[in-house]
Amino acid sequence: MTGVPHAERRLLFVTGKGGVGKTSVAAGLAHMLAAEGRNVLACEVDAKGDLASAFEVSAPGFKPEVVSEGLRLMSMDTEASLREYLKLNLKIPIVGRIGPLARAFDFVATAAPGVKEILTVGKLCWEVREKHYDTVVVDASATGHIVGQLAAPQAINDLVKVGLIRSQTGWMLDILSDPATTGLVIVTTPEEMPVSETLELRARIRDETTVDLAGVIVNRVLPERFSPKTEAVFEALRSPAGTTALVERFGEASASVLDAAELATSLRRNRIAHLATLRQGLGSEVPLVLIPYLFQRADGLRATRQFAQHLAEELDR
Amino acid sequence: MSRSLQHLLGSKEIVIACGPGGVGKTTTAAAAAAVAAARLGGDVLVLTVDPARRLADALGLKGIGNEVTEVPASVFEAAGETPTGRLSAAMLDTKQSWDALITTHAPDAETRDKILGNPLYKNITERFVQSHDYIAMERLYELHSSGAWDLIVVDTPPTRNALDFLDAPSRLADFFSSRLLRWLIAPRASALVGIASKPFTQVADRILGTQFLADITEFFMSLQSMYDGFVERSKAVTRLLSDERTTFMVVSSSETVPLREAEFFATELARRDLDIGAVVLNRILPAALSQDAPAAAAHRIAGRSSGEVDEVARILGLDAGLVDRVLATAVASFEDYAVVARREASAREQFPLGGAHLIEVPQLEHDVHDMAGLLEIGDRLLNS
Repeated sequence: MTGVPHAERRLLFVTGKGGVGKTSVAAGLAHMLAAEGRNVLACEVDAKGDLASAFEVSAPGFKPEVVSEGLRLMSMDTEASLREYLKLNLKIPIVGRIGPLARAFDFVATAAPGVKEILTVGKLCWEVREKHYDTVVVDASATGHIVGQLAAPQAINDLVKVGLIRSQTGWMLDILSDPATTGLVIVTTPEEMPVSETLELRARIRDETTVDLAGVIVNRVLPERFSPKTEAVFEALRSPAGTTALVERFGEASASVLDAAELATSLRRNRIAHLATLRQGLGSEVPLVLIPYLFQRADGLRATRQFAQHLAEELDR
Repeated sequence: MSRSLQHLLGSKEIVIACGPGGVGKTTTAAAAAAVAAARLGGDVLVLTVDPARRLADALGLKGIGNEVTEVPASVFEAAGETPTGRLSAAMLDTKQSWDALITTHAPDAETRDKILGNPLYKNITERFVQSHDYIAMERLYELHSSGAWDLIVVDTPPTRNALDFLDAPSRLADFFSSRLLRWLIAPRASALVGIASKPFTQVADRILGTQFLADITEFFMSLQSMYDGFVERSKAVTRLLSDERTTFMVVSSSETVPLREAEFFATELARRDLDIGAVVLNRILPAALSQDAPAAAAHRIAGRSSGEVDEVARILGLDAGLVDRVLATAVASFEDYAVVARREASAREQFPLGGAHLIEVPQLEHDVHDMAGLLEIGDRLLNS
């Protein structure tokens, strides 16, 4: 951990366990950086279209499309990446004739799955090397796949002894290994499984890749409802005598209102315990950013803007 | 015909739990298997193919491996249960499963060692996830065809990967049947000088280098001896997935994004003519949150007079200022969650169920750590 702030890095991979809001956070980061006047490329790696939904635009292709001032969006396509690579490096006449190339690509990618990963990571590193953008934000693979992706250049480096791809892994590794340039952001929630996966992933990233962990973003942190003093009052209101007093004044369903507060309190208490485990497991050197649960907005551009705003506050932008 | 989960767990041999990540899929699969073993009897196996390996946690066990392990009776006893059947669990270790598969199918020891020692093989099985998809289904096939289990409940990787793993067997068969591969590993191809004259290999050679290409060629030449066995197995696995003894259980929460993914998944299963027996929606918020009477009560409390607050405080012997604050907080909590509950309820209504049985599991206030917790969920699954 180097303490280089998220936003100063030029290549940010955002990962997380499925369902924790990885895409929302990636979109929020991209939005925040673009709003600060940077030229940003946001790339969705798994082509699900969720990143496009976060900006309420239709899913882009491999060619980046402008979504707002300073922000472009692209969707990773390894075959297109190979085509672009061949065009730039080999000047091969078959480019454009998709048939034979697609077959050859299929073969190579199936035979050596690392090739697909390196075409993904390679394209992103290339955009950084060519300085086409100030920052590239990657809505990367989920926790189960990210290590394979980030370790691909090293894997290819070990496997392939000569050839063009081999000659390319050197500079990719330089970009990936430089903490001032590249960082990984793990998104999690204060729940049991996401926390334990975050801690496992952190160890694997350290042991199996050269990429620096820029920080952990904890999404859906529930607000504190009661202090010990008010909680005692709350318990008294939920007692039979308290319930009777409330029902007489505010109606039969008053108890349901207090039940909701009780649910909120116990969910928060549970999450606070997991948050503590996370803090302890990560140690003090990993920056931890907390984003509150957004009750009002689940997705879409409005939610993305709120994510961006919370990130800006938490990151002291 | 009844499509209750009790019916499914009692009549199907394979139940595949699938859906987006982070919705409690692993727990749901474990709970379904546990309750089947406890209440319906028979030999039940829960197989997790999720690289995240969380089944041991959810079962309250430590260290389940690639080998099938029986959940000890003491785990059920600790939950105050005497199960009528037996529960076992296994987790998928990709590398070990691949090695076992190669060992089984290799025609001789020399071929086996050649494959197991090939750097490409090591890399594919250890580092990359796609190989997980195929081996998961292969393992399921192997376990099912052993005839040792009345019911196998399978936990799968999150949605899009799960689709990969449905397609993996046929993709592998296609791959082995491809003309390109046959052409490459035809006897004349073993001489690198020969293949270097072909346009494709010229390109591949320049991109990947001669040594790597030689590794690839050797790898697939060794595998070729197992070609027929592999293709046959792949077809059998594909058949097993569409067999009437197999059903899919789509698991989701009713938040917008997971539900959208679950819907996508249900559509894809239907397109493949695969049977969706049940849709399980986890973390359902209490119904009261989206009902009118509690909303009216919350509104009344929000508009409370200081007289009303004083009376309540006096009756209960509490400080009026604190009572006022607590009531304000309670209303705010209610309103926050009511927004979420209403949004989720309307999203649930729009879910295309098809003929699947819908099961709603309430939001739990605590994590499931043990068998008692699993069975509590399992009973909800059975009885809804």
